[in-house]
Amino acid sequence: MINNKENANKINKNVLSIKNLYLYFKTHAGNVNAVDNVSFDLKKNEAVVVLGESGCGKSSLVKAILRILPRNTSRYDGKIYLGEDETMCMSEEEYRKKIRWKRMSLVSQAAMTSLNPVLKVGSQVIEPLVIGQKMPKDKALDIAKEMFQNVGVPLDFIGRYAFELSGGMRQRVAIAMALITSPDLVILDEPTSALDVLTQCNIMNLLKRIKKEQDASFILVTHDIATSSELATRVVVMYAGEIIESCDADAFFTRPMHPYSQKLMASVPKLHGKDELEFIEGKPPSLIGLKPGCRFAPRCEKRHGNCSQMPPVTGNGDNFVKCWLYVSSKGE
Amino acid sequence: MENKTEKDVVLSVKDLRVWFELKKFGFGSSGFVRAVDGVNFDLHNRESIAIVGESGCGKTSLMKTILGLYKPREGSITYLNKNISKFQKSDLKWYSSQVGYVQQDPFDAIAPFMSIRKILEEPLIINGVKNKKEREDRIRNVLDEVRLTPVDDFIEKYPHMLSGGQQQRVVIARAIILQQHLLVADEPVSMLDASVRVEVLRLLEKLQEKYGLAVIYITHDLSTVRYFSERIFVMYAGRLVEKAPVDDLLANPKHPYTIALLTATSEPDAANAKVYKEIPPGEPPSLVHPPPGCRYHERCSKKIEGLCDVKEPSEFDVGNNHLVSCWLYK
Ligand SMILES: Nc1ncnc2c1ncn2[C@@H]1O[C@H](COP(=O)(O)OP(=O)(O)OP(=O)(O)O)[C@@H](O)[C@H]1O
Ligand SMILES: Nc1ncnc2c1ncn2[C@@H]1O[C@H](COP(=O)(O)OP(=O)(O)OP(=O)(O)O)[C@@H](O)[C@H]1O
Ligand SMILES: [Mg+2]
Ligand SMILES: [Mg+2]
Repeated sequence: MINNKENANKINKNVLSIKNLYLYFKTHAGNVNAVDNVSFDLKKNEAVVVLGESGCGKSSLVKAILRILPRNTSRYDGKIYLGEDETMCMSEEEYRKKIRWKRMSLVSQAAMTSLNPVLKVGSQVIEPLVIGQKMPKDKALDIAKEMFQNVGVPLDFIGRYAFELSGGMRQRVAIAMALITSPDLVILDEPTSALDVLTQCNIMNLLKRIKKEQDASFILVTHDIATSSELATRVVVMYAGEIIESCDADAFFTRPMHPYSQKLMASVPKLHGKDELEFIEGKPPSLIGLKPGCRFAPRCEKRHGNCSQMPPVTGNGDNFVKCWLYVSSKGE
Repeated sequence: MENKTEKDVVLSVKDLRVWFELKKFGFGSSGFVRAVDGVNFDLHNRESIAIVGESGCGKTSLMKTILGLYKPREGSITYLNKNISKFQKSDLKWYSSQVGYVQQDPFDAIAPFMSIRKILEEPLIINGVKNKKEREDRIRNVLDEVRLTPVDDFIEKYPHMLSGGQQQRVVIARAIILQQHLLVADEPVSMLDASVRVEVLRLLEKLQEKYGLAVIYITHDLSTVRYFSERIFVMYAGRLVEKAPVDDLLANPKHPYTIALLTATSEPDAANAKVYKEIPPGEPPSLVHPPPGCRYHERCSKKIEGLCDVKEPSEFDVGNNHLVSCWLYK
């Protein structure tokens, strides 16, 4: 069993706080509302899983948090606090020096291919220390060795090139690189979806251990609901650019609130049991020229009159839902 | 499953080996990739089986050989008692009208410059359906069958105008339009979102029942097999290490590798985050120099020294039509 250190004042502090975040892209057809008024908080040692179908804006949310903005960005605003610091108003220079790779790091969807092919993996892993923090190379390599041991990459791999490693080993190297500066927050965008189940399981074991031993906080982006439960303390569900539910993991995997979340859960194949699998008729709306009202309504079996208007967010703190079904009940 | 007799056998694979030669510069070879290395099974009429295994274990190579796209190095494949290696050109045409193929990636499977009508018309023309009206009717029927409706909305479209799930349904339509008897589906849903995945699996299930198709379903995801298959074959490093009825395999896995696969497959449960899973170390062996004995022994916690690392296990029957290639069951 993994027992997390219960440290009340640590637990209550937000590592990350996002308020009314927007990220739009400009295209010929119009603006793509990829991140559309998103707010949520992440506490120390939490692992928030961001779930949602392909194209709902998960990677865009990651880009917005890390300020990796494509050239055709047409709207980027809101507030992002990393601890006490507001990162969105920092200059690029300050952001690079203080935040990126230092206090927040990323294992990207394309980590398998994003490792530099002409650099030995050891040299690559120490980049955040050597370039970012001007640490002497030999000292950085010592830390890298420790990191490799930590993530289970044999030490003699340090002098190899990425193409000489298997997919699972490459992913471990990418994780080592993300952890080497002991950041407050590690963001993982589909870190295992290209890997085999056994490798995937090994990586999830590794992340659990890092979470426990280094007190790290995670945002894990994925569309694989079953695997996400290997790490999640909380689940955030995205649909068409918005967060429509945020819920503690225990409650979410047994009783999700939003009709969309319920359908998503019912579509997860299970090894045992006899439930029929369900699927959601229709497809998500285009993120260009969104209509007013609840974005899931056209596919929702529970829709009613109110749903032509945008539902308010109800709930308290980290448990909230954006659906008219939860609006009238008093006190909520 | 009712009693399956030899008469029911549609496809029979015997001692099949498919090796790819590793070419050296200039002349000669520097060895072989033993992608399929001693595979045996029978597939019965109307039966649906799943082949499960990790990336690189030889699933696609096995399928492509069954489809006649690769030549076996050893062993045989017989379809309705005819050895497919001995097929002449006209037999091959007949065979391709018997076996439908849904491949891993819908984006590769269909030509981007052809409309849906053209994509579906092609196999009909090749197989000599000369009457244009008949072709049009069959195209419309099959589109209706895979629920690309209203048909008029889809028939003129090009693949890029469709979602991943819709593209995969076009591929399925093409794989059944000649009223094939055997359907080979290689990871038909792994590129799709959870909900779309269910939609496509349910469609395949419905078509299988309706037309009494025999199906070989290839996947790396054990959690999807029970919705759709009667038997599961587990493949590891070019060999089938366990074969059993689905329920029996899920409830009573025997081979240590199968047990590891089942352990590693997650179910959505918040309790998962509180425990570590016990998973074998290492990775599948090289197919160029496979280890002696059982191919799994280097990762196996139950290996018997002096046996598993020396002698290839034979296949043992543990009852209930459940076969396992592991010395623990001798
Ligand atoms: N630079 C860009 N310009 C225009 N549109 C973009 C750009 N980047 C992403 N999009 C669009 O924004 C939407 C959200 O994309 P995003 O990559 O965030 O989705 P996702 O949830 O990560 O999907 P997946 O699960 O497939 O990775 C998609 O419709 C995508 O096509
Ligand atoms: N045409 C080929 N020439 C040489 N080697 C090949 C060829 N096709 C496949 N292989 C090798 O044979 C082995 C089995 O490959 P195969 O594609 O059959 O695996 P698979 O089980 O389908 O994997 P995946 O789940 O990744 O699709 C691999 O090592 C692969 O590199
Ligand atoms: Mg993404
Ligand atoms: Mg394959």
